[in-house]
Amino acid sequence: MSVSICPSSSAPTGDEKNHEALDRGVQGLDAADRAIVLATQAGLPLVPDPWGAVGREVGMSGEAVLERMQAMQASGVIRRVAAVPNHYRLGYVANGMTVWDVDDAQIARLGREVAAIEGVSHCYRRPRHLPHWPYNLFAMLHGHSVDEVERQAAVLREHLGEACRDHRILYSSRILKKTGLRLAGARPDAASTDTERRG
Amino acid sequence: MTLDDLDATDRHLINRLQDGLPLVARPYAAVAEALGIAEDDLLGRLSRLRDGGVLSRFGPMYHAERLGGGLTLAALAVPEPDFDRVSEVVNAFPEVAHNYRREHELNMWFVLATETPERIAETIAGIEAATGLPVFNMPKEEEFHVRLHLPV
Repeated sequence: MSVSICPSSSAPTGDEKNHEALDRGVQGLDAADRAIVLATQAGLPLVPDPWGAVGREVGMSGEAVLERMQAMQASGVIRRVAAVPNHYRLGYVANGMTVWDVDDAQIARLGREVAAIEGVSHCYRRPRHLPHWPYNLFAMLHGHSVDEVERQAAVLREHLGEACRDHRILYSSRILKKTGLRLAGARPDAASTDTERRG
Repeated sequence: MTLDDLDATDRHLINRLQDGLPLVARPYAAVAEALGIAEDDLLGRLSRLRDGGVLSRFGPMYHAERLGGGLTLAALAVPEPDFDRVSEVVNAFPEVAHNYRREHELNMWFVLATETPERIAETIAGIEAATGLPVFNMPKEEEFHVRLHLPV
């Protein structure tokens, strides 16, 4: 759960403008890139030559698969190729979504600073829904206990100071679904691959 | 499979591979060498950790909007007696990538990932129609940090 989208309605910052330029540059993923995405979105084969294994599925050489994945990583389409841990199995039983009502005039700076605090895994500005939901800054914290998360949250609270009017910690108590990001197979020749991958 | 089943090498491996696999010709061999173990040992451990559920997955982490897709976080305030039924209805939408129960009046939080940005609004309308509840849509307005790393 590591991706999200810039809505067109938000006022772009300098960084967002760069992202938009990048987004335009990579949206033309070609059919071969797309086939690689479909073949790997459920996971990379655990064999000595994973690129060759993907290549055999999509009708490409392993070298071509590797080159295309390197290019996608360089452009940010792939954040990284990595192990995604199950929080609970690793002992991180307290997973708190902390939400903060932060002064709009200061949130750009404070968001960056909060994001850099140890233990914050994801940090975003999101829209308020007044009057039900006044919170505009989200920071995910993961701990071995509720106490540990509360201590981390206290550090964030201290840092935000008077710019923060209110906050909450929403703990996850049940995983209802966790399949991750999946593209459906839009091309007929890729659909079978996707079906196999989904099992 | 739990934390108690992991030895020191498993832990090094998990910590190392959360940072990312190098995109080189024999990537697992490269990581194995850095950890001082054999490639087949590493592959066996990685399979075991994934199949045992310690790892949710192993592979590329794609960036939804740079794939040209849409992504958002959304929430529902579900009346307690209806929770399981609404959960089934929401989870049945293929666009729902994750869904968590959280302890708040807004008690169901899900991520929507769609083929196109336009599909987000259609999916939200579909969920509202199917559940009879208003969806609180909270798309990212600015991303400050995305870097999950859980040391073991």
